[in-house]
Amino acid sequence: MMDQFAGLYNYWIFIVLMMIGFYIVMAQHNLIKKVVGLNIFQVSVFVFYISMSKVQDGSAPIIADGVTVYSNPLPHVLILTAIVVGVATTALALALVVRIRDSYGSIEEDEIEAEERRREKHF
Amino acid sequence: MLLANLPALQVVLPLIAAPICLLLRRSDRAWFWATIVTWFCLGIAIYLLVEVLSVGAISYPIGDWAAPIGIEYKIDLLSAFLLVIVSSIGAVVLPYAHASVASEVPDARIYLFYTMYLLCLCGLLGIAVTGDAFNLFVFLEISSLSSYVLISMGRYRRSLTAAYRYLIMGTVGATFYIIGVGMMYMMTGTLNMADLANRIPAVAETRTIQVAIAFIVVGLSLKLAIFPLHLWLPNAYTFAPSVVTIFLAATATKVAVYALLRMLFTVFGGEPLFVIGEVLMILSVAAMFVGSLVAIYQTNIKRMLAYSSIAQIGYMVLGISFITTTGLAGGIIHLFNHALVKGALFMAVGGMFYRIASVRLDDMAGIGKRMPITTGCFVIAGLGLIGVPLTAGFISKWYLVSAALDKEMWFIAALILVSSLLAVIYIWRVVEVAYFHAPPKRAALLPEPPLSMLIPLFILTGASIYFGIDASRTVDIAMAAASFLMIGVAQ
Repeated sequence: MMDQFAGLYNYWIFIVLMMIGFYIVMAQHNLIKKVVGLNIFQVSVFVFYISMSKVQDGSAPIIADGVTVYSNPLPHVLILTAIVVGVATTALALALVVRIRDSYGSIEEDEIEAEERRREKHF
Repeated sequence: MLLANLPALQVVLPLIAAPICLLLRRSDRAWFWATIVTWFCLGIAIYLLVEVLSVGAISYPIGDWAAPIGIEYKIDLLSAFLLVIVSSIGAVVLPYAHASVASEVPDARIYLFYTMYLLCLCGLLGIAVTGDAFNLFVFLEISSLSSYVLISMGRYRRSLTAAYRYLIMGTVGATFYIIGVGMMYMMTGTLNMADLANRIPAVAETRTIQVAIAFIVVGLSLKLAIFPLHLWLPNAYTFAPSVVTIFLAATATKVAVYALLRMLFTVFGGEPLFVIGEVLMILSVAAMFVGSLVAIYQTNIKRMLAYSSIAQIGYMVLGISFITTTGLAGGIIHLFNHALVKGALFMAVGGMFYRIASVRLDDMAGIGKRMPITTGCFVIAGLGLIGVPLTAGFISKWYLVSAALDKEMWFIAALILVSSLLAVIYIWRVVEVAYFHAPPKRAALLPEPPLSMLIPLFILTGASIYFGIDASRTVDIAMAAASFLMIGVAQ
């Protein structure tokens, strides 16, 4: 039992982080907090990829004398791409929030919805 | 030399053209450039389809790194067919876009619009071309990010909140997808789809692979807007500029259907498919009814068509969920036909919006007399949506019903017919308002939209009739693609 927990602790961190992030995305009504939650959610996946590529007793994947066991570098490279995608998503989300605040005067979801209902009944 | 590199050029051309479009600045030049590029893309796609039909699947190693180490672009019949669908919609929409975008997007932002349009096209084509599971994620995000921007360019402030909601749900979907891909990589050590297909059967019984399947299916279902994960779609389609609605409705969800097919049949295959099939069948039947019923009560035509899209996605997924050759073929044909029909419907609505600046049903009173050509096209395409014989919609529903009968699911076959009747109701509501309600007083005879908007509308409406009368070519391709996909199930 203890083995399962200690031996797989990186996956536990991944799952806990992922659930925290996902919960924030769903439960928060503040648009900025939602973006932060989305970030935590994505970062948990980065942790998952990076930690799974660790090979026991493996060194960093740089060729050197006397080293025979290397960690797997491929997931690191994949996550480099995913980080770029994550940055782009965050930037776009924040830009949208700025413009939403300009036109609604609020970044609280319930206030925005109330405003939408009041002004634009015909939709 | 050039011909051998066409699979890469299919994606690279719009990718490189997009920043050039950014440099062109002036809206007319940007539009002209985007038009040329998309028509070239269409040319490449048609060439690839002809090539695949004559010599079989094309494999293209990026940078000469052989698969499975390198990224492989793999074009089989299904992906070539999808390339033609996406690029032809992309090319036909652009002549239409010139007038429509100019009236809906501020002039200073038009060049940005076309830049995003090209990037979105690049992402969608990339999904169809790639044979690498992680690469698919990258293209999925290229197309999604650019479509969030395109939606936010609408003239309502609700475009912004619609884009934001789509962004949140779309990103959650894409992240689910990479979690699934990561788990597959853990168990197999590869990302190449063909290689994954070889290695997964050995570990198919493990919990990790089962969880991976669940994550990937749920993630893609979010992008696909399968009921009940469709909540982002109605607002996104309603508040986006007309051109964006046409383009996304006709291509984006279709490409997501393709990605689901690819993962389910090419990569996974085998036993778990039948379990997923049962779940998808229940959801798709629910989508057919919920989408159509909600559509009936809408007062905004764009929103009505958006809910109808949710129902139509239900038909496509229903075809997949049978897990038989006929069912898959029905789903693939419906994917093609619905792209034509929904493209034409949204084009007609965009044409009306161009003149009366409204998409509310109330404002459409008597529009059949004021804009007879545009409304006529709407009705013809609407018949295609319902599935009247001699229209494209009939062919796909025919195959879906016969797939249901093959499996002796009489109940499902009946449900397909009943839900088609619901489409009659919401299309009829528009016909009634357009032809039988008196136009508002002092309403002058409205000119039809400019020819640059009418011709693309004619092309799509005409195609939806043509492929209803002479469906042999599309049916042949869909059947061949479906039987190829079914090979994965037999294993």
